Amino acid sequence: MRRLLAFLFVLVTALPAHAVTVERVVSPGGIEAWLVQDHSNPIISLAMAMRGGAGVEAKPGLAHMVSGLLDEGAGPYDSQTFQGKLEDLAIELSFDAGKDNFRGNLKTLTDNRDTAFDMFRLALTQARFDKEPVERVRNQILTMLARELQNPETVAARAWYRLAFAGHPYAVPVRGEPDTVKAITVADLRNYTKTWLTREGMVISVVGDITPEQLKPLLDKTFGALPARHPAIAVPETQAQAPGKIQVIQRDNPQSVAVFGAAGIKRNDPDWYAAYVMNYVLGGGGFSSWLTEEVREKRGLAYSVYSYLTPMDHAGVISGGVATQNARTADSVRLIREQFARMVTDGLTDKELADAKTYLTGSFALQLDSTSSIAGLLVAVQLDDLGIDYLDKRNGYIQAVTKEQVKAVAQRLLDPAKLTFVVVGKPEGL
Amino acid sequence: MRIASLALALAIAAPLPAAAQVFNPTTYQLANGLQVVVVENHRAPIVTHMVWYRVGAADEPPGKSGIAHLLEHLMFKGTPTIPPGEFSKIVARLGGRDNAFTSSDYTAYFQNVAADRLEAVMKMEADRMRNLTLDDQNVVTERAVVMEERRSRTDNNPQALLTERVEAALFLNHPYRRPVIGWGSEIAALTREDALDFYKRWYAPNNAILVVAGDIEPDKVRALAETYYGPLKPETVPARIRPDEPPQVAARTVTLEDARVQQASWSRTYMAPSYSSPDKAAPYALEVLAEILGGGATSRLYKSLVVEQGVASGASAWYDPTAVDQSTFGLAATPRPGVDVPKLQAAMDKEVRLVLDKGISAAEVERAKTRLKANVAYARDSLHTAARVLGEALSTGETVADVEAWPNRIALVTPEQVNAAAKAVLDDRASVTGILLPAKGGTVARAQPMMAPPAKELR
Repeated sequence: MRRLLAFLFVLVTALPAHAVTVERVVSPGGIEAWLVQDHSNPIISLAMAMRGGAGVEAKPGLAHMVSGLLDEGAGPYDSQTFQGKLEDLAIELSFDAGKDNFRGNLKTLTDNRDTAFDMFRLALTQARFDKEPVERVRNQILTMLARELQNPETVAARAWYRLAFAGHPYAVPVRGEPDTVKAITVADLRNYTKTWLTREGMVISVVGDITPEQLKPLLDKTFGALPARHPAIAVPETQAQAPGKIQVIQRDNPQSVAVFGAAGIKRNDPDWYAAYVMNYVLGGGGFSSWLTEEVREKRGLAYSVYSYLTPMDHAGVISGGVATQNARTADSVRLIREQFARMVTDGLTDKELADAKTYLTGSFALQLDSTSSIAGLLVAVQLDDLGIDYLDKRNGYIQAVTKEQVKAVAQRLLDPAKLTFVVVGKPEGL
Repeated sequence: MRIASLALALAIAAPLPAAAQVFNPTTYQLANGLQVVVVENHRAPIVTHMVWYRVGAADEPPGKSGIAHLLEHLMFKGTPTIPPGEFSKIVARLGGRDNAFTSSDYTAYFQNVAADRLEAVMKMEADRMRNLTLDDQNVVTERAVVMEERRSRTDNNPQALLTERVEAALFLNHPYRRPVIGWGSEIAALTREDALDFYKRWYAPNNAILVVAGDIEPDKVRALAETYYGPLKPETVPARIRPDEPPQVAARTVTLEDARVQQASWSRTYMAPSYSSPDKAAPYALEVLAEILGGGATSRLYKSLVVEQGVASGASAWYDPTAVDQSTFGLAATPRPGVDVPKLQAAMDKEVRLVLDKGISAAEVERAKTRLKANVAYARDSLHTAARVLGEALSTGETVADVEAWPNRIALVTPEQVNAAAKAVLDDRASVTGILLPAKGGTVARAQPMMAPPAKELR
């Protein structure tokens, strides 16, 4: 087999770390943004994030509901006027809430730049929360929650977080529960907005057809009216609980959907890059991963099987998923545990480590596909405090990972006896 | 992975991947009939390399539903020079990502790689265009994978199950009635020979389109394509003649009551012309109509059903004119909590009646056209969008010139054309209404007992 691959020994070197230049832009009012200029298309994308998210909300689902309402009427415009203006000018403006952050995205044609930024300002600072949109969005969320109960992947993932983080905000779905969403008041919405949409810890990235001189005054106009500070974030540090447990949720489906996971690591952990390389080989690397090889390619037990690292601000998780017909679900569960155990005992071969590095360094630039994907990446880099030169340095961090580091982090994270499973379906033999 | 891209689902998820004049592609044909399209985008040193075959699930022999999609999976199972399962691993070792997808009308394969690795992936893609070898064991295992894929996508998902049955009811005779992934019993019986027969019949350079988008010069692509695809032998490929659809005369309703359903839904799918239909103006008028009815928060349906009447949580319209044969035009809505489906349907019927009786105004048409055209600049932003739009168009009978003329053709749409198209298409007799309901007498249960939210003092 090796012989046949001879023609593929292309000399593989990592891409020039990045093809984009990131500039730090600071407005006269002291608001910072990272900018990538790209004048090839008359488009500007902005991405931003604020700290807190669902972790600090007073009622489950509140931050998410706020994110759905900021563009439903603000300042002088009611909901239909606001939305109509966005649509007529092809301005894309949206918000969403995560467990630790509240994020916003804006995309506009250069011609409508000033209007677009002003609409974004109004949404952030003068959301109206009129009765009609509040009730409409509440009902949309309730509908979404009901529909998600039809989706075994979502049911399993939520149950997993409830089990692993019982008693902690991370146990609560970001979208809330029907009863908590029904209980949210306009006062709650206003309170969250006033308290948590602030400049403290805010990060901004802008990509596209705009210069630093054009951006600076827009930063002050758009974000200058936000409060300077938010209260201290009191979410406690935690770790995934319920090690080794299997929870089965009966559902009359032909296929069981399993979500599995255990305590992982945070983004600032010194072992991060070793864990990242390890997870690529274990279950992150699609057809190059052990899980796909053993579960799908050798046995045809699943269409999709994977693992990934989820670093949050106050805990880390390594988790994954698989979906297998009920009669063979136990086989998939066994194989997943075996691959975890194999990584702990065997670690990686030299070739596996080299291949992982080639992929992880070579593919990094592939995500620089559009203005909005670059803006999103730069927000993530800022949230994780990785430095403005991260795009240059990142491949070096991957290259520096050794087999010994991978094995050590596998021993730290991958005890198969500690894996927690939630299975939705009618699995046999579990 | 190996996505069965079901045209309708796609149309709903991504309204109008707006084709545009702005792609400015370079296009030419090799001597063996392979059509080549190059779109330059120099933002980052990356390229996407795609090969589209003019064959899909609607070209399958009767009784062999799912073979187009199974073959797509099996294309990763080896040639004399690439061992089974190695293709994607090699792409990964090149720092790239690869995948493939199948629809009723096309099958496509792609790799996203650094621009200087284009040659390596092109060499492999050209190789498997003519040299696929399969062994029985690989076919049996991959068939099991596809069965799991069907369970994940369809059998585990009552909404997807209903959509599958609505399409089967809508098309009385045309093979668009078959699910792209195939019927379960027929997938289970597919063999290595079925796959190789289908492969030999359809996979040839003169039945394929090569699309390369990204940081690359057209001349460079031409030289590489001549080297790797140029020597491949063309074949006599059958014409894509599918059974005709008879005139439709009876409205149908498909209701799925399922104990797993937690949220009811309503949709209506009408037969509609496509870009391939004789009437060249109607598809563009229908794109404008779909935008007016369902293109966002100020569209007619959303404004009336969701905002003003409050009978729906969501309301939308969709239309995807890209098809070798007929297309469909759809309306969908989800009832607001506490509203039953008959009430929602009555409200929707009233909106449709309003369109037919009172018509669409010139101002609405102008506004929709402006919004559609604005999407063109965004479509150009991502090189993947360009490759996808061009490949889809060319594999379903459009030309590059058609794609480039899209903004102009939208600009020419008149209110009269929109109203004529609405009258022609919004005809219940050529439609299927799909209704998803919880099982009768069943209770809408939570997945598990509600847990108390964590104590507030935690915060």
